[in-house]
Amino acid sequence: MRLEAAIAVRHLMARKRQSLVSVAGIILGVAFFCAIAAMMRGTENDFIKRLVDNSPHITIYDDFRTARQQPLFELYPAGAVELKNVKPLPENRGIRGYQQALDFLAAYPGVRASPVLAGQGLVNFSGRDFGITLNGMIPEQIKDVTTISNYMINGSVDDLIVNPEGIIIGAELQRKLSLHMGNVITITAPGGQVRAFKIVGVFRTGRAGYDESQTFLHIKRVQALLNRPDRANTIIVKVPDPYSAFRIAAEVEQRLGYKAVSWVEASQDIMNALAVRNTIMYSVVSAVLVVAAFGIYNVISTVVMEKQRDIAILKALGYTARQVKQIFLIQGACLGVFGCGVGIPLGMLLMLGLGQVTLKPPGSTEPVNLPLDWGAGQFLVAAVFALSAALLAAYLPARKAAKVQPVDILRGGA
Amino acid sequence: MAAGDVLLSGEHIRRVLTGDVPATLVDDANLEIRTGEFVAIIGPSGSGKSSLLYILGLLDRPTSGEVMLLGQATSALNDDARTALRLKHLGFVFQAHFLLPEFTALENVLLPMQRAGMPDTEARARASSLLTDLGLKDKQNNLPRQLSGGQSQRVAIARALANKPSLLLADEPTGNLDTHSSAAVQDILRGLAHEAGRAVVVVTHDAAFAKSADRVIKIVDGRIVAT
Ligand SMILES: Nc1ncnc2c1ncn2[C@@H]1O[C@H](COP(=O)(O)OP(=O)(O)OP(=O)(O)O)[C@@H](O)[C@H]1O
Ligand SMILES: [Mg+2]
Repeated sequence: MRLEAAIAVRHLMARKRQSLVSVAGIILGVAFFCAIAAMMRGTENDFIKRLVDNSPHITIYDDFRTARQQPLFELYPAGAVELKNVKPLPENRGIRGYQQALDFLAAYPGVRASPVLAGQGLVNFSGRDFGITLNGMIPEQIKDVTTISNYMINGSVDDLIVNPEGIIIGAELQRKLSLHMGNVITITAPGGQVRAFKIVGVFRTGRAGYDESQTFLHIKRVQALLNRPDRANTIIVKVPDPYSAFRIAAEVEQRLGYKAVSWVEASQDIMNALAVRNTIMYSVVSAVLVVAAFGIYNVISTVVMEKQRDIAILKALGYTARQVKQIFLIQGACLGVFGCGVGIPLGMLLMLGLGQVTLKPPGSTEPVNLPLDWGAGQFLVAAVFALSAALLAAYLPARKAAKVQPVDILRGGA
Repeated sequence: MAAGDVLLSGEHIRRVLTGDVPATLVDDANLEIRTGEFVAIIGPSGSGKSSLLYILGLLDRPTSGEVMLLGQATSALNDDARTALRLKHLGFVFQAHFLLPEFTALENVLLPMQRAGMPDTEARARASSLLTDLGLKDKQNNLPRQLSGGQSQRVAIARALANKPSLLLADEPTGNLDTHSSAAVQDILRGLAHEAGRAVVVVTHDAAFAKSADRVIKIVDGRIVAT
């Protein structure tokens, strides 16, 4: 093996320029692969983190996945019963006895859950009505299950604890209604009840629709306003490991009967879009490496062509077909290893450079850095991919070299 | 092995080329090479001397007939087995010297020894002494392109001798040499032939060289006409 390696290296050194050009292809391919993969993974992780952080990991709805069965069907489970024009009695919507659900959830270590009663309300301002969403929550738990406290620009979520008549509104609503901290706004519920709330906090998430419509209040006040005492229509849950949300949601749903939707399920379309995006990008980047592999193929098959005589001699001297093949595979491996050895650090440099770039997307208020993922995984993938491409590219000419019959060459050359 | 044992024999060797230019290179050749022998093959250009040598050297397979090396039939062996036999028992000097251009004279001589697994220091010492014997003491580290034709030829001979082959096959080893070097090479080959258990077969146009051989095989148009 050492001998084959020595011969392989001599061959490459003898045509330094060609070898360098082909290795440059691998270097650039690997570097781009690393940088782009880091960006892809970085943005994806960033995106999922936002998704996971800003939305409940699990939302339990006052709803069932399948419509409730009529008692008649329960009575005759095997009967051929048909019921036409069913008109169920109007129910008072909401999760009944949500405390029981909260107790069940409390059994999971680290899981935080909070009931929410959400409903619509109207704010009248200078003759115009603005529809807003009232999120009635237990003030002490808002911080546990939402990230809204990260976005407070005025006041704090805790102010709701000391001031149950308070309301937290978004910056857009504040701007539209020319409101100030401490102002009192009057909210009309769909049922006609009217209540006044004092603005104790303002948040800005950057999502205009959200900042315009969402408000946070004490759950008791919303229950009173909507005339739904002791009801919640969702329970929002945060779990310590977001990736276990899917499993926990299924367990909760089975136990409580209410529909429990994990963030994975709720964002299925986004997750699918991410998967598609990844596939496209990785194919493009891999194509760079495939092109680079052609460079390697080119060099090694040139060497094999030029070295017919040498191959014949080596075989005549007692080198086996396998050893001859190894010589050229080693050349491919050398180019691949060298390409990775330089390409990965170059990729890291590229990533450092990209990390310095700040973007200010139109409409956004704050400049953002490109999120980059420095995980070892993508370097490993790049290295494995480049090495396999190099070996594969070397394999074809190597096989050809192994097949050379010395006498064919000797006869021609003698 | 006692002197005079059959080292290599060819039985009814025939080699024909089919294809666009069909040709009969060797036609029903029968011969025996015994240990201690120094055999010369002579014949006009194009008569099939090299072709016969490739077959005897297990570099080519006869179309029909059998080559026996040390009593072992070789035609049924696969390429790897034939390669192993070549490595162990045969040395070859090609008509055109064929050195590896990226390797120095010394390294070219080292190649077969390294392939055979000889320890490095021992191999270097042997390569160096072989080159010295052939008058190339101060050219050891030259690359082939820094050597004259005759010097390259001598390196090729040193390389063929490297693994102390039982049988050395040389295709016009003195073709490019001046009288002085030629005499030296002839002496070396003759000396090797007369070492215990070895034999040398030389293709040559040099009548004097052929005359000094123990036996001469004459080929015309692929046929052995006299031994
Ligand atoms: N590939 C081939 N196709 C057809 N004929 C060939 C081929 N190779 C060699 N020959 C013929 O085979 C014959 C024997 O060639 P060979 O090389 O054995 O001769 P030689 O005796 O070694 O000659 P020289 O003394 O010139 O080296 C020649 O007539 C040559 O033309
Ligand atoms: Mg010849």
